[in-house]
Amino acid sequence: MKKYERVVENLNRALHALFATDPHVFLIGEDLLDPYGGAFKVSSGLSSRFPDRILATPLSEGAFLGIASGLTLCGEKVIAEIMFGDFIALGYDQILNFAAKAVSMYGRSLTINLVVRCPVGGNRGYGPTHSQSMQKYFIGIPHLHLFEISPFHDNGLLLNKLVNLGQPCILFEDKVLYAQRIYTVGVIDEYFVAEALDNEQNFVRVFLDEGSTDEPDCVIIAPGLLSVDHIFVVEESVAGGTWGCEVAQQIYERLWNSLKHPVHLIHSKESIIPSAPHLEKQVLVQAEDIYTAIIEAMHAQD
Amino acid sequence: MDKSAYAREPEEADITALSQLQDSDLSLLLLIRHFELSLLTLFSQGKLHGTTHTCLGQEYIPVALRTLFSERDFLFSHHRGHGHYLARFNDPVSLLAEIMGRAGAICHGVGGSQHIYREHYLSTGVQGECLPVAVGVALHLKRKTEGGIAVVYIGDGTWGEGTTYEALNIAQLCQVPLLVIVENNGIAQSTPIHLQMAGTIEGRVRAFNINSLRVVSLDINVIRAEVAPWIEEVRTTLAPLVREFKTYRLGPHSKGDDTRDKETLRAIQAKDWYYLYQSHFSDQLERIERDVKRAVTSVIAEVEQRPLVQWEIP
Repeated sequence: MKKYERVVENLNRALHALFATDPHVFLIGEDLLDPYGGAFKVSSGLSSRFPDRILATPLSEGAFLGIASGLTLCGEKVIAEIMFGDFIALGYDQILNFAAKAVSMYGRSLTINLVVRCPVGGNRGYGPTHSQSMQKYFIGIPHLHLFEISPFHDNGLLLNKLVNLGQPCILFEDKVLYAQRIYTVGVIDEYFVAEALDNEQNFVRVFLDEGSTDEPDCVIIAPGLLSVDHIFVVEESVAGGTWGCEVAQQIYERLWNSLKHPVHLIHSKESIIPSAPHLEKQVLVQAEDIYTAIIEAMHAQD
Repeated sequence: MDKSAYAREPEEADITALSQLQDSDLSLLLLIRHFELSLLTLFSQGKLHGTTHTCLGQEYIPVALRTLFSERDFLFSHHRGHGHYLARFNDPVSLLAEIMGRAGAICHGVGGSQHIYREHYLSTGVQGECLPVAVGVALHLKRKTEGGIAVVYIGDGTWGEGTTYEALNIAQLCQVPLLVIVENNGIAQSTPIHLQMAGTIEGRVRAFNINSLRVVSLDINVIRAEVAPWIEEVRTTLAPLVREFKTYRLGPHSKGDDTRDKETLRAIQAKDWYYLYQSHFSDQLERIERDVKRAVTSVIAEVEQRPLVQWEIP
């Protein structure tokens, strides 16, 4: 991994490597062609290098996700790029009722190597229809697997795994991460020391799973949680039926007897996401909100 | 072939005079007819559950087209798909077992009537869902350059779904070998076409500069001769084509849910190929129908006594 590579560069490099090594991989979506290279430039350069496997479509999420599934039925592997995650709603039927169900609804296993890349999240001033966290709308769908990018995982390994999963998946890409640097192994603690609050001498530990929001792997993280006083799960989403709820539920199942307090869920406010940056900050969960929630929880026990 | 011509066949064409069919075509037609009638009977006897959609009156379309498709062609069907399946595979046992949830079911009882997969054949129960998938398959077939085409059966109701237009647009832009067969029976579940479609199917297709022609004939020999060169055209030019069949749904949408008035139904029954054919070739029909009925009865008896199909959640 190149030092100081940005997440967007890492993703782009991962895609180039994948296309160079696997002739069965396709990319389908909107505005993918160079010099534009996709709205967030993740797909930059691909159409020039692999013109016959980059399928730039009209604004037709329902159709291009269906086309992607059609190609996978023929043994191809397809990465579909949603421009802004909110638009994945336009293709929901193809994901929920076809790609995911086709895996088993014909009474045998069909291989559906489909990766839907889905840029999500706010804090970039894009407003109500371009900023949502879409993860919760896809939780609990049989045969549909959910993943997240992070600044700690190499996307080359991840994408290679996902296009060969045999079942459809969505890779959620938090847009604010695109511009951030990839952190190499060993500096994760350093990152959180820098980010975390510690002015009351309280120790905050953050636990990472393997880059998947699918079946949050509490088997790995649970031993670390045994010794802590409070567990907070933070997500940018609006509350209700979220990934964070799933994590909390799994923690309850595994640690019920040793938990000192209920798991605290921290979400954005129940609201659409405003465009003006100062209003957007009021709605989306910010570092200060996390700080306040933690402090309040700690004082509440005294 | 003049691609700029969108010649319309006369609306009032005389469709009541049918030419004589080969035994094999007639046998398949009658198999589908009696398969579907039997399903309705089995439902009324409480031996079938859930839902099913029969293609009574529309059997002649897949029977006419079946000889024009090769094994390489990928067929997509819909909720009213028993005729498509039987015309392609002539295998009523696996389909009935599927519908009855018995051993030997083609999709282990998971798919049921509406969700069938067999080599180069797939159906789903959501309108407008298959067409984009078929465009993806057609893209693949074009790249493989082995001459296969993707064929999608849709109905008049499917034109209410936006993905139909998205798919046609991309099919034409990408020039993929896609044949769309529209079975326009004039009624979407309970909604007559004049309440759900502004303009015409042909006009909509022409907006994409895709060739569209309307077939009003019920005569398998006529249809086959007329459509054959166009399907060859799809194979050689790799351009999409839409063929609209004006057809007639004799039965209910599902079972016992037909709200059409008697007069309307009488007019539709006058277009039933079965009686039209019987009036010309009663001896041949009687001879073959006797065998087909016996065969269908024995298929039902055989499948009925099979054990329930087993499936493990993957």
